[in-house]
Amino acid sequence: MSRNRTLLGHFYFALFVLYLLVPLIVMAGAAFNDSKLPTVAPWKGFTWAWFGELWADQTLWGAFLNSILVALAVVALAVPIGTAAAIVLNSISGKFRATLYGFMVAPVLAPGLVIGISTVLFWNQMGHTLGAEDVALFGRGLHLSALGQVSYIAAYVMLLVLARLQSFDPGLEEAALDLGANHGQVLRRILLPHLYPAIAASAAIAFFQSIENFNVTLFTKANETTLTVYVFSQVRSGITPKINALAFLLIVLTLVLALVYEMNRRRRARIEAERLAEARRAEEAMLA
Amino acid sequence: MQDLIRRYGTGLSALFCLLVAFWIVMLIILPNFAMFEQSFRPYLPVAEIGGPKDVYSLANYGKILDNGFETTIFGLPVTMPIHIKTFLDTVFYSSLVTFFTLVFAYPLAYYLAKIASPRSIPTLLLLLFIPMWVSEALRAFAWYVILTFNGPLNAALKALGIIEESIRWQNGVFTSYDAIVIVLTYCYVLFMLFPIYTAITSLDTNQIEAAEDLGSPWWRTHWRVVIPHAKPGIASGCVMVFMLSAGSLLVPTVVGSTKANWFPQTIYTWFNDALDWNTGAAYSMIFLLVCIFFVILMMRLFKVKLSDIAK
Amino acid sequence: MSAGIDLENVCCDFGSFRAVDNANVSIKPGEFFSFLGPSGCGKTTILRMVSGFIEPTQGAIRIGGKDMRGTRPNQRPTALIFQNLALFPLMPIWENISFGLEVRGVDKATRRRKAEELLTLVDLPGAADKMVSQLSGGQKQRVAIARALAVEPQVMLLDEPLSALDLKLRQHMRAELRAIQKRTGVTFIYITHDQGEALAMSDRVGVMSQGRIQQIADPRDIYDNPVNGFVASFVGENNVFEGTLGPVAEGIATLSGPHGSFRARITPEAQGKPVKLYVRPEHTRLSATAAPENSVEVEVTEVAFEGAFISVHGHAAAGKRISAEVRNDGVTPVPAVGDKVFASFDAARALLLPDANVRG
Repeated sequence: MSRNRTLLGHFYFALFVLYLLVPLIVMAGAAFNDSKLPTVAPWKGFTWAWFGELWADQTLWGAFLNSILVALAVVALAVPIGTAAAIVLNSISGKFRATLYGFMVAPVLAPGLVIGISTVLFWNQMGHTLGAEDVALFGRGLHLSALGQVSYIAAYVMLLVLARLQSFDPGLEEAALDLGANHGQVLRRILLPHLYPAIAASAAIAFFQSIENFNVTLFTKANETTLTVYVFSQVRSGITPKINALAFLLIVLTLVLALVYEMNRRRRARIEAERLAEARRAEEAMLA
Repeated sequence: MQDLIRRYGTGLSALFCLLVAFWIVMLIILPNFAMFEQSFRPYLPVAEIGGPKDVYSLANYGKILDNGFETTIFGLPVTMPIHIKTFLDTVFYSSLVTFFTLVFAYPLAYYLAKIASPRSIPTLLLLLFIPMWVSEALRAFAWYVILTFNGPLNAALKALGIIEESIRWQNGVFTSYDAIVIVLTYCYVLFMLFPIYTAITSLDTNQIEAAEDLGSPWWRTHWRVVIPHAKPGIASGCVMVFMLSAGSLLVPTVVGSTKANWFPQTIYTWFNDALDWNTGAAYSMIFLLVCIFFVILMMRLFKVKLSDIAK
Repeated sequence: MSAGIDLENVCCDFGSFRAVDNANVSIKPGEFFSFLGPSGCGKTTILRMVSGFIEPTQGAIRIGGKDMRGTRPNQRPTALIFQNLALFPLMPIWENISFGLEVRGVDKATRRRKAEELLTLVDLPGAADKMVSQLSGGQKQRVAIARALAVEPQVMLLDEPLSALDLKLRQHMRAELRAIQKRTGVTFIYITHDQGEALAMSDRVGVMSQGRIQQIADPRDIYDNPVNGFVASFVGENNVFEGTLGPVAEGIATLSGPHGSFRARITPEAQGKPVKLYVRPEHTRLSATAAPENSVEVEVTEVAFEGAFISVHGHAAAGKRISAEVRNDGVTPVPAVGDKVFASFDAARALLLPDANVRG
């Protein structure tokens, strides 16, 4: 690789990151602009007022709470389902496995609106056939949003856990059984601890994917709304920079989380490297 | 199945299978079947469902052929149903978005896989991930802010002397769909980046060096060595971006204008304004068929299998 | 408390492939028993059947007199040391060792104490809180042994535990394992393809080939009195002669072949089958003149200094390779390459043996 190519590469990367970040900076900047419309130019003066308006907007906080609740429900459903799916896939093979895998991954590729519509139609129809149309479960509402989201988010969980499963030595399960553990103990003490990083990561991804989901929620909701749909409706009807204030807060939150994650990752890599070095020293001492 | 029971015992295996069955049957198969079935039935008030008027037909699908109007395609005057035009526009511009994201993402994927130092990769990936964690709605809205008539883009361009009067970006400069294409590209470029990156990392760098050593210019190395290896990643990225773009409802609504109609918006209108879920279902089926067709097209074009795409 | 293991007519089939064919053996309580054989001979299958991960297709396995059919691995009084050790990477050493106690509901303080006792037993004091990745290969070995001992098994099963270690460590660990076995008195079933290991450590050895047990005897017996050609060649080196068998008298018979007539021992079991003559290099003497019987002329082609002895290789008539070992005592004359010498041996040291007992 020539040096020019490398420099060009670095430059393109920097440009790309800038391209991704500039719109976000502009949008966050508009949160501080003392102007009735969300914009950065013309700049009418610095203000914190929009944050105050944001704080006061009850509907928005209600929608935010709904988003969190739906996301928690999605995580509670998708993580066990995805993990179970990964474990099952890991133990079977052949055409059956391929078919199962295909079904599981299909919702990831399916457009959100198809998922939303199909979910509503199905549960609605089930309500009719059971003669129980009035039961809340079968009508539109955020519970259907959660179910619809689980259909594709469980696939993300499954993929992550499956990848981690493939680095697992089944001999460890046998060793545990041989020492007298029952299957529940093997799962709890041997397998799940190994899968924990993948489960944690997929829970985080499931949570964020659910929060930002739009298409599925839009088609399945009734009167209660989530944050993304609320922002969307605000943009359609009439908009003030308090949305920008919200955006600013979310961006800051994302940055903080990213920073925490990065620091944690570096710390763990350092510890592992130290441990391996110690093992090597012990090895050499033994042979001396 | 035997392996499963041997490894985990009957109790746990039953639990796992139950969870998987719930997912596949209750959340995937049955809902899609319900949508399929209802797309053939007319929209009736609750009392009349199951009654004499409730027959299977293609009527809902036929509605896409209604409301012909006059328009031009690449300068040729043509009369076609308005929904068909929306449909074709959606497919065309989504393909354009796919193309743009491919052009932007490929060099960066190559950079990350082969040029950047391996130790800095996690940090670099994190930098790229951050914008993705910010909600898509907000990212679309960010562009709305930039593109507004009195917004920063116009201000910057005027300050640089490139234009004299502000442009109504949202009504489109070259076509009515400019803003939509720009924003969709922005939102989904990372979905093109990651599959290609994953594919290129598995390429042995020695192959690239061997090609250069044999005298191959950079473009030929890419064309003959890198790209063939990255094909599954490219196919995967194209499929994801196309489906996400064509299926996007939020972006066209936020930054689009009245002259730019996106197919999901049409579906939404049937669903929410006309309350005709059955026709909405029919249009969704049409849309789903297009997506499946696109996936198959990509698979044929790039000669990849389904399992390669779904990573 | 240790138990004996009985295998009665045990067979194991994988589809149409018979991995273990009619294995019969009685292992005594407290014995160090090795299964020795090349890869694919069925020794690993036997181990997995005893530990409960595979059920025999036919036959019975008894541990301490009790039939183990239908008993799951976690219910058997056995502990398995895996070839790759299978230590739990996410637990500290003391939790690894006390895992068997943990699943039986033993409280934490007792477990910790037991773990530290066992660490002292295997000579790793102070390692309790370390993680697996901090240990060397030999240290991990000892932790695996401690983990198995913690559940006080009646039988310890060891699956080629030393194969991943380098030479010096292996020799050191051989002595360690033997010492631990004697100290605890637990029955050890050890499988390996390394004949040196099996002979050095075991009370008795079972040599296997292609699913069948060829011979069960103590190491001395296996080496000095192999029952067939396979055992003779797998354990130690041989010079092999072919020919037709002559009459047998008082356990000695004559074999006539292209290299002459030789007299050698023959057991009653070997009579009636086609046999070859096996004599070890260390029982093959070299001299300038022919001996009265059992002598063959050899041209020396290679003289290799091996430390305690010198290996001499040569060709007899028709290019037959003959090997002899000359003691490096400074007194015995060592031939040079190109010399023509006579290789001879005593009839009592040579054996007429049939080929291996294989699947029909």
